[in-house]
Amino acid sequence: MKSIQELEEIRRRTLETINVRKDRSGTRVVVGMATCGIAAGARPVLLTIMDEVKKNSLADVIVAQTGCIGMCRLEPIVEVYRPGEEKVTYVKVNEGKAIRIVNEHIRQGKVVEEYTIGAEDK
Amino acid sequence: MKDLSLHVLDLAQNAISAVADLVAISINEDAVSDRLTILIEDNGKGMPPELLASVKDPFVTTRTSRRIGLGIPLMLAACRRCDGDLEIVSSLGSGTKLTAVFRYSHIDRAPIGNMAETLVTLILCGINEKGSVDFVYTHMLNGRTFVFDTREIKAVLGADVSLTEPEVLAWINDYIKEGLANLHGGVQ
Ligand SMILES: Nc1ncnc2c1ncn2[C@@H]1O[C@H](COP(=O)(O)OP(=O)(O)O)[C@@H](O)[C@H]1O
Ligand SMILES: [Mg+2]
Repeated sequence: MKSIQELEEIRRRTLETINVRKDRSGTRVVVGMATCGIAAGARPVLLTIMDEVKKNSLADVIVAQTGCIGMCRLEPIVEVYRPGEEKVTYVKVNEGKAIRIVNEHIRQGKVVEEYTIGAEDK
Repeated sequence: MKDLSLHVLDLAQNAISAVADLVAISINEDAVSDRLTILIEDNGKGMPPELLASVKDPFVTTRTSRRIGLGIPLMLAACRRCDGDLEIVSSLGSGTKLTAVFRYSHIDRAPIGNMAETLVTLILCGINEKGSVDFVYTHMLNGRTFVFDTREIKAVLGADVSLTEPEVLAWINDYIKEGLANLHGGVQ
């Protein structure tokens, strides 16, 4: 059974690392979570991104949501903002694509071109 | 929507958009009365009467990025397909309460789906400048109850550790999953 004690241990561990990561300007990953996004599979995409971020201990990455981006047929949509770089928009994202986006783009800085909105339009 | 937990996610998002700071979600599976009831109640800004009167119509939305509102009409259709209905009570300034009812055994009733993932997603979505939205999730199954309350988690974490720390979210996900599994399979 998951216990409150475990939660207290998580708290202690987190506090130990929290000072290390303050004021780092990190990457923002934003997932569209309106009706269209949810129906198309945005929930597992968001949670997969969270999971990959945790697995790789990417402490300076912020995962967030946004409402309808206005391109419902391209959902789930994921936007990546890296400091000093232009926004990259990924479309029709699924769990497998999400893993590559975290590992190649967010960790290594290499945009996964084939999943971007630019590639979709071609 | 594939399952009811996705409808819940979507409708609770409306509550977050309505700047609620507390959202209560409850699911009651009652085989005896053959009813499944889903309740989503928030203390957000509420709806004016004109909006409330028309909100079940898919062509009503206050959003600007798209002219069609879908979340409420989709849930309404799901309820009506299963001999149920969707009731919405709302008043400006005090909040909104949605009650969705289904015939529990109806062949077209979608499965409940993954409520742990819905709660974790909602917690993430509820982050704002002022802090984070609180959620109380109550799940009743034939008279037995599981409750999850973010305010209790926050009390353990204190002010410096966020609910959205990946490790905390993972703990919450497992905690809810286990709680629901116990409800369904545990000893009476
Ligand atoms: N809990 C709520 N509190 C306040 N307003 C709400 C709530 N739920 C829905 N609304 C209003 O009803 C409208 C329609 O909702 P919905 O059918 O989910 O479509 P959408 O969210 O895409 O606009 C929303 O745009 C909003 O103005
Ligand atoms: Mg909505």
